[in-house]
Amino acid sequence: MSELTKKSLTEIANLIKKKEIKSEELTQSFIKNIEKDKKLNSFVTKCSESALKKAKDFDKKPKLNTLLPGIPIAVKDLFCTSGVKTTAGSKMLENFIPNYESTITNNLWNEGAFLLGKLNCDEYAMGSSNETSYFGNVMNPIAENTVPGGSSGGSSSALAADLTPATIGTDTGGSIRQPASFTGTVGLKPTYGLCSRWGIVAFASSLDQAGPMTRSVEDCALMLEAMASFDERDSTSINKKKENYSKNLTNKIKGLKIGIPKEYRVDGMSKEIDKLWENGKKILKDSGAEIVDISLPNTKYALPAYYIVAPAEASSNLARYDGVKYGFRSSKGNNLIEMYENTRSEGFGDEVKRRILIGTYVLSSGYYDAYYLKAQKVRQLIKNDFDQAFKKVDTILTPSTPSSAFKIGEKKDDPISMYLNDIFTVPVNLAGIPAISIPAGHDNNKFPLGLQLIGKPLDEQKLLNIAFAVEKKINFKQMLNRWWEK
Amino acid sequence: MIEKSEKYLINGAKDKWEVVIGLEVHAQVTSNSKLFSGSSTTFGAEPNTQVSLVDCAFPGMLPVINEYCVQQAVKTGLGLNAKINAYSVFDRKNYFYADLPQGYQISQYKNPIVGEGEITLDLPNGSKKVGIERLHLEQDAGKSIHDIDLSNTFVDLNRSGVALMEIVSKPDLRSPDEVSAYIKKLRSIMKYLGTCDGNMQEGSLRADVNVSVRKEGDTKLGTRCEIKNVNSIKFMQMAIIYESKRQVELLESGKSIDQETRLFDTKKNETRSMRSKEDAHDYRYFPDPDLLPLNLDKKLIEKIRKDLPELPDEKKERFIKEHSLTPYEANVLVSEKEISNYFEEVIKSSDKKLAKNWIMGDLFASLNEKNISILESPIKAKKMAELIDSISSGVISGRTAKEVFEIMKETGEDPKQIIENKGLQQKSDPKELEKIIDKILSDNKDKAEQYKSGKDKLFGFFVGQVMKESGGKANPQLVNEILKKKLK
Repeated sequence: MSELTKKSLTEIANLIKKKEIKSEELTQSFIKNIEKDKKLNSFVTKCSESALKKAKDFDKKPKLNTLLPGIPIAVKDLFCTSGVKTTAGSKMLENFIPNYESTITNNLWNEGAFLLGKLNCDEYAMGSSNETSYFGNVMNPIAENTVPGGSSGGSSSALAADLTPATIGTDTGGSIRQPASFTGTVGLKPTYGLCSRWGIVAFASSLDQAGPMTRSVEDCALMLEAMASFDERDSTSINKKKENYSKNLTNKIKGLKIGIPKEYRVDGMSKEIDKLWENGKKILKDSGAEIVDISLPNTKYALPAYYIVAPAEASSNLARYDGVKYGFRSSKGNNLIEMYENTRSEGFGDEVKRRILIGTYVLSSGYYDAYYLKAQKVRQLIKNDFDQAFKKVDTILTPSTPSSAFKIGEKKDDPISMYLNDIFTVPVNLAGIPAISIPAGHDNNKFPLGLQLIGKPLDEQKLLNIAFAVEKKINFKQMLNRWWEK
Repeated sequence: MIEKSEKYLINGAKDKWEVVIGLEVHAQVTSNSKLFSGSSTTFGAEPNTQVSLVDCAFPGMLPVINEYCVQQAVKTGLGLNAKINAYSVFDRKNYFYADLPQGYQISQYKNPIVGEGEITLDLPNGSKKVGIERLHLEQDAGKSIHDIDLSNTFVDLNRSGVALMEIVSKPDLRSPDEVSAYIKKLRSIMKYLGTCDGNMQEGSLRADVNVSVRKEGDTKLGTRCEIKNVNSIKFMQMAIIYESKRQVELLESGKSIDQETRLFDTKKNETRSMRSKEDAHDYRYFPDPDLLPLNLDKKLIEKIRKDLPELPDEKKERFIKEHSLTPYEANVLVSEKEISNYFEEVIKSSDKKLAKNWIMGDLFASLNEKNISILESPIKAKKMAELIDSISSGVISGRTAKEVFEIMKETGEDPKQIIENKGLQQKSDPKELEKIIDKILSDNKDKAEQYKSGKDKLFGFFVGQVMKESGGKANPQLVNEILKKKLK
């Protein structure tokens, strides 16, 4: 394995800028790693050939005043990439090749990066373990038969296994932060509206948000800087000026107030998680921050509200996959209705069908007020909770997940226990605020655990700074035996 | 069975029944691009050539509101004397159909952009106010074409995403004639505003017609049926006549009306059940999370209000005052923007009274005869004015003018040219006329004597003879004067 692929994004960007390495050399070493992806199954589509060509093109005419000069990057297969299959982990889009590029990937390419491949994910980003993908399970590099989290499971796995220097995921209820936590990597869900949704296969429009997944906080700042932009094509995009997150990154957090919400101390939470949380508090205190106990009283309603709002939007967002215009169409059926039924029955997997059914139910007449409308009210209450808390503190510290990575198949037939995995991440999406998960330790199985920092809207810089400070003191080290290469 | 009276009633076997009608008009917003995409809205383009990735709902595509369409809706709302809602919300109306690419239509459900308003209908028996319930913006669907191929349906998405205004009336209409007057007035207002071209052939204006009946004198509304997507006034009227009779027959035979959606078959002239209330779609409306609620700036609303053009009702009042028209005449002349423009253009340089008579008389008759609109008239306003001017200035007589008009309506030629080419100018030279008159008087000495001894009626005879002698070109006024002098 090349040492190059182990380096951080920031390091390799600097090496290229200093002309110490060439893009081609860098790209070759990642391609070599990707060739051994078979057991991980993190890639749906490998773009080795085109990536190599782009690397050579870059080397011929290097544009060095960019954020990601000549860097190959693999992305979650939910981002539409022009001329490259975009599957959303579904049979429905197995052979779908868009002729347009999502704003986010386009932003990356404009900063000098190019596409290395498309990464596996839960079908339409619905799942917490990457077990719902039509293209098969993804394994966590930390141990065989262990899930990498989801829905950005291909992203977290490829990133942790050094198959890509950085990646991007989408986070609707924790789909960036939970897999980051499970694989010992950094994942940031930005403020809703900071990163354009244009060209991302939609799951739940009011919750979906793209974000960076990296191996360090510094890399995370760099990626976010490249991704974030105002986009006229997304009506929910925030019109604000670009920020230099990487340049302004600092570990000076003295005097900041960190909130500890008592409601996140849930029943049955393992001692290891508790210890991790305590350690996080201690590190922040040692860095000069002040720890403040706070309350987010409506936290317990977040998960039920989420599992109404998200499926409701999904049931409508996924109506377009009907076999008429593009994507999979069943060959069975004698009329339009039968064609719809067969196409959607054969094209969607069980989890997607489950959520479409739930979503259709909660929106139907007679149930709308009791479910959807009430869930929206809960959402407002959760937002209010955070607003109140942020009057007292700058940021909130919680564990990222209630457990470390679990075994493949362990929760597959128990959707409720699977959904509970999102308990710490979901409230953030409902409130539309930013949060970052950073690796903070290991449990007794030597599986990584993450801590989550939650910030005020558009307060990404502060989040990154605190995460940067904590990261330095924790000095987390991956423990990978690279079993998948054997 | 139908009785024409002041009040439109249906004579059933047992009772007299009143018809109650409400309309949901779908009016295409005049705009170069669609409601949520930049695609063109030109009518009649090759199938699927005016379709963006948003219009055919590709993965990850997002709608962005077309501000111009929003302004058009506000303008229309103001034209309908309606309340403009500064806050409105776009909702998704979910259903599956091959020509609905998103699987939902973006519409406005609970919070429309325009609230209650009213318009005034001018009816033969006076005017009547009709309430507007609301106006909201929504997307049009594409078109399914079933008759190209036996086993396949083709889909044309050119219309998909085109902006529509759905204008919902209160159930205030009581007869097919009122429905006609309502549609015409609504169309007229929107054409004045430039917010909808009102072209029913191209589908820019169509309506769902809600019909119910109740016994004369009853105040409770009966169960209604909704006749979907009727695209001409004539068909609306036919559908209402058929549907109300059907309902009366059902009720009088002791049956009840099922609330349902019906279709009007224009070939068989009947309505047929499309789907019952039980089969009605559950559209699962919810606010579209891809779009923020619309928050209109009060200043923008005021600016649009300030810039509103003169609308038919105001124009009517002005015409009555400024041009001494009767309310009926004013109504006719303002009913369409193009007609009022024509009239105003003509009277810039000609006599108002003559202009009014010529336009409402001969011109309208010729347009009707040819079944064309005033815009298509071969006689342009300027030439009409010239014709009228040549009457008032005595170049030709009213009668000759009719002859000139007949030529103009076919060829569109310049009236002056026609008069000159055909030598139609009046003879207004007193000496020349005197010669003719002297000849007539000497040829009819006996009659001249009779006139002088008191047989006044003979005056007309002499005028006729002079006109005949002059080939109809003698200036009648001069002839009168000279004759009177000579017969003293």
